[in-house]
Formats: sequence, structure tokens, C-alpha cells
Amino acid sequence: MSDIPLSPIQRVLRRLPGRRTKGRVAGPPLIPLVILVAFVLAAVFAEWVSPGEPYRQALRAGFRPPVWLDAGTWSNLLGTDRLGRDLLTRIIYGARVSLTAGVITVLVATAVGVAVGLVAAYFRGRVDAVLMQLTDATLSIPIILLALILAVTVGPSFGNVVLAIAAILWARYARVIRGEALSLMERDFIALARVAGCSPARIIAVHLFPNILNTVVVLFTLQVGDVIIVEAALSFLGAGIPPPTPAWGSMVADGREFITTAWWVSFFPGLAILMVVLSFNLLGDWLRDRLDPKLRQI
Amino acid sequence: MRRFLLQRAIRAVLTLAILSVVIFALARATGDPLTLILPPEASAEDRANVSQELGLDRPWVVQYGRFIGHVLVGDFGISLYHRQPVNELIRDRLPNSMRLAGFAMAVAILLAFPLGVLAAARKDTLFDRGDQVIAILGQSVPTFWLGVVLIETVASRLQWFPPGDIGGLDHYILPGFTLGWFVVAGMMRLLRSGMIEVLDAEYVKLARIKGVIERRVIWQHALKNALIPVVTFMGMYFAILVANAIVVETVFAWPGMGRLAYEAITTRDFPVIQAVVLVAALIVTVANLAIDALYVVIDPRIRHAG
Repeated sequence: MSDIPLSPIQRVLRRLPGRRTKGRVAGPPLIPLVILVAFVLAAVFAEWVSPGEPYRQALRAGFRPPVWLDAGTWSNLLGTDRLGRDLLTRIIYGARVSLTAGVITVLVATAVGVAVGLVAAYFRGRVDAVLMQLTDATLSIPIILLALILAVTVGPSFGNVVLAIAAILWARYARVIRGEALSLMERDFIALARVAGCSPARIIAVHLFPNILNTVVVLFTLQVGDVIIVEAALSFLGAGIPPPTPAWGSMVADGREFITTAWWVSFFPGLAILMVVLSFNLLGDWLRDRLDPKLRQI
Repeated sequence: MRRFLLQRAIRAVLTLAILSVVIFALARATGDPLTLILPPEASAEDRANVSQELGLDRPWVVQYGRFIGHVLVGDFGISLYHRQPVNELIRDRLPNSMRLAGFAMAVAILLAFPLGVLAAARKDTLFDRGDQVIAILGQSVPTFWLGVVLIETVASRLQWFPPGDIGGLDHYILPGFTLGWFVVAGMMRLLRSGMIEVLDAEYVKLARIKGVIERRVIWQHALKNALIPVVTFMGMYFAILVANAIVVETVFAWPGMGRLAYEAITTRDFPVIQAVVLVAALIVTVANLAIDALYVVIDPRIRHAG
């Protein structure tokens, strides 16, 4: 449609279900699903599927290029890093770190955020004002900065990364869930539950919560990818999961100094991040279109 | 309208107050600051002296009061590593960061607007599909990795742009693009979904029936209302930009606040980290306040309420 306005008939035609169902609202995106399943399986069975051991160094085999380049060998498909550790093996073990960090963090943040959002929407008034003020304040702290403070004061660790990200991420859920729950509170079934003498806890748990589950699922999928990127960025900065644990972010950092001579050391771990995050985002987009189209803007 | 802005301003101040308590509590609860300041072999007597000198033996409330008092006049203490006042360091580095962030934001807006609006106007065409790919990639590519890859390819192999450090305009291209990339993606998606919704609204139909040319319908009538969600999320984008700046400045050796923060982690320089976090939060809060004011300008529904 260029400069000519659509005729009424064209507009009606555009609304016919046949044209809408093709494209994004069809079945689940297959390639992202396959990629995610592959990474999850690799992470779970890392001991069996990886060709080598993640910590074994072979200093004389350092900076070996991937197999398809000159001087590459079949024993190190994606090459080796400075210390001669097999990159493919470390990427597989890194999947374990990234995926667990992502999922645990988002689980914690979801639990807190949903609770805060529902309580704020249910009680309104002063409780709502205080909780939302807290939410606003939390949202104004960049996650990376809080993680930096924790890294400097107590030292970097897996637990601190999860804590730092979850301590801020919950606020994003709280906002959205509160909005959702506020409109639910206007509905008749909540009033009826009240008349029937349900306690606030029961109304929140039995009547509100199940009705926001779709939103929770969509947010969860969309945020795991985000969290994986933040964790990787922290590890890259040296404020995340400390070496020698194979984390994708610190692996990219390891290769940064040698990027011109041994590009593969930085390239492949980053590619792994990209593939996993992209898959989560595509899957999340699909879920959102399916379950909760109102969330378009997140 | 004035009440709306006043309310927001009070909220902003409260936000900063809460944050200052959090930082203070974290600094104190996560370890004795003396272990950061003094070498491990310091005697008990030294410890007591320094503790008294810094007021660390006083009650927490008093310590917090002193901390806030210093912060309010812009005194963030002395860097443990650089051995010079933290606010001097910030005064040197902050303008560099602002310049880079401003450049990145300009790049983002210049790219996102045409791409997002045209994607909505040409919904379901090849152009739209291509846009969606750009958008989803933008939100999935890790910033630090993009920076490293650009340095290897564009800067070092092709030698089109310098790989880092501050300088002329050509020095801004790579870090600015890396930093703005994520924002382009998000803004584009927002504009697209906003425009699709608005283009379906009654008043747009009316404009079309009146015979307003399509280009004007899209760029004037529709865009004005599709802008509101973009402005809402602008604060979030700005916060992301500030956070990503740490990574980008580190990768591109940019002498800004982000790099200062990175150096401070590696040297465990607590006063610097504390100051960087406070300044970053202040910037984000002020930006949010400015956005609220902007709301009033573009959305008459807020201007005339309350």
C-alpha cells in the first residue's frame, strides 16, 4: 500500500482470517525449538557429549584453529584457547552455566515480581503506593551496576550474579502483573469471591494468579534470553562467574586480546550466546502472539 | 499539569533516596570497609585510628548522614587506586560518556524511525520481514561480542574505522553503532506495533476519507500518536544505554565513566564504583523526569488532567 488509501473492501479483505493466520500466528517456530532443545540436552549431558574435558590444558596445543582451517585438527573441532583447552567442550559446559543462571534468576524474579504485583493490585491504596514506589526505585538501578557493587564488595560468584539480576528484574514483572491484576479486580468473579467470604490470600492465589499465568509464561520466555545476555556481559567484565568455570561471557573476554590472530576463541562462545538468546526471543514472540497479544510492547 | 510534574519530581527524589540507602547498606553489610582501605597486615591500632578518623565507629545512622552530606555537595571521597578525588575523575570522564551516548541515541533515532514507520505502512511485505529480522537480531546479539567482532572485521581487517579510543568523528562510528544497536531494535518494534494500531483508528480513517495524502496520514496524523509508547519506553532505553556503555567503553577503550567502572572493578576501588552507580542512577532518574515533562507536551490528555 503506497500512497493510495485502502478502499473499504480492501480493508475487509485484509481482516479475513485466512490472511491473518499465515505467518507468525501459525505453529511454534521449529528451528528455535530445535536449537534450544539441543543446547539443553548438551548442557544436561555435557559429560557424555563433549569431546574433551573443560579444564584440561595443553599448553603446546594453544590457539589451534578450527578444523576447517589450515593446522586445524579433528580432535579440536572449534579449535583451542590460549591454554590449549578445547573450545567446543568449554562451550558445551558453558551452556550449563548460562542456562542455569538464566532460568534460576528468572524464576526467583518471577516469584517475587508476581507476588508484589498481585498484592499491590489487590490492596490498592497505601500498600500499592509503597510497593510501586519501591518498584520504580528498583527499575532506575541499572542491573549491571548493582552486580558491579556486589562483585567489588563480596567478590564475583554465581550466587551473586543471580542475586544481583533477580534483585532488579522482579520490578519489571511487578509493573506488568499489577496492571493486569488491576483490570481483573474490576471483574465480577472477584466481587463474588469477596462476598463468598474468601480471604485476601485465597483470592490472590486462587482467583487472580491463574488468570495471569499466560502473561507470566510469556514474560518468562522473553526474559531468559535477556538474563543470559546480562550474565554474559558481567562475566565478560570480570564481575560475573569467575574463571576457570567455563562461562560464555568470560570466554569471549579471554579471546579479546588475541582477536586478530585467533578470532575463534572469542567468536564461537559469542555465537552460542546469540543462538540461544535468539531462540528464546523467537519462541517468546510466538508465545506472546499466541497467549497474550496485549504484551506487544515488551 | 503542574501537580503531575510535581508528583513525578517527588517520586524521583524518593527513588534516589532509596537508592542511596541501598548502596550505603550494601557497602556496610557486605564487609568491613577497612579491609578495602587498609592493607591486610595493618595492626589493630592502625585499624582503630582509621576507623575513628573515618567515623566508622559511630552509629549507622550518623554514618549515613555523613555519607549523604558528602554526596549532596558532590564529594565522593578519594579513589583507592588513582589516589585522587573521585569527583575529579568523574569530571574528566563524564563528558566523554555523554558524547558517546548522545551519538548512539541519535544513530538509534535516525535509524529506528524510518524503519519502524515504513514497516508498519508496508506491513507483511519483504521490507517488513527484513525489519523484523533486524529487530530480533538487535535484541539477541550480545553487545560486547558485537563490539569485539566489529573491531576484528571493520577496524582491523577492512581498516574502515579506528578500533577505539576517543578522537574525531570517525572514532564515534563503531562504538556509537554498537551502543545504539539494541535501542534501534526495541524502538523499531514499538513504532511498528504502535503505528499498526493507530493506522486502524477512526481518526486516521477520517483523514483518509477527507483525501489527505497517504504520506501525510502516516508521518503526521498517525505518527503523533504512535510516538507515545516510544516516549514511555525511552527512559528504559536510556537506562539500558547507560548500562551498556560500561561494556562498550571497555571494548573500545573509550575514556568514559563505563571504563572507569570497569577499572574500578578490577582494582576493587569501592569509592569509584559507588560514585559511578550514584551518578548513573541520577542520570537515569533525571532522564525519566524529562520524559514525563515531554509527555505533558505531546499528550493533551495529561496536560488537561488534574
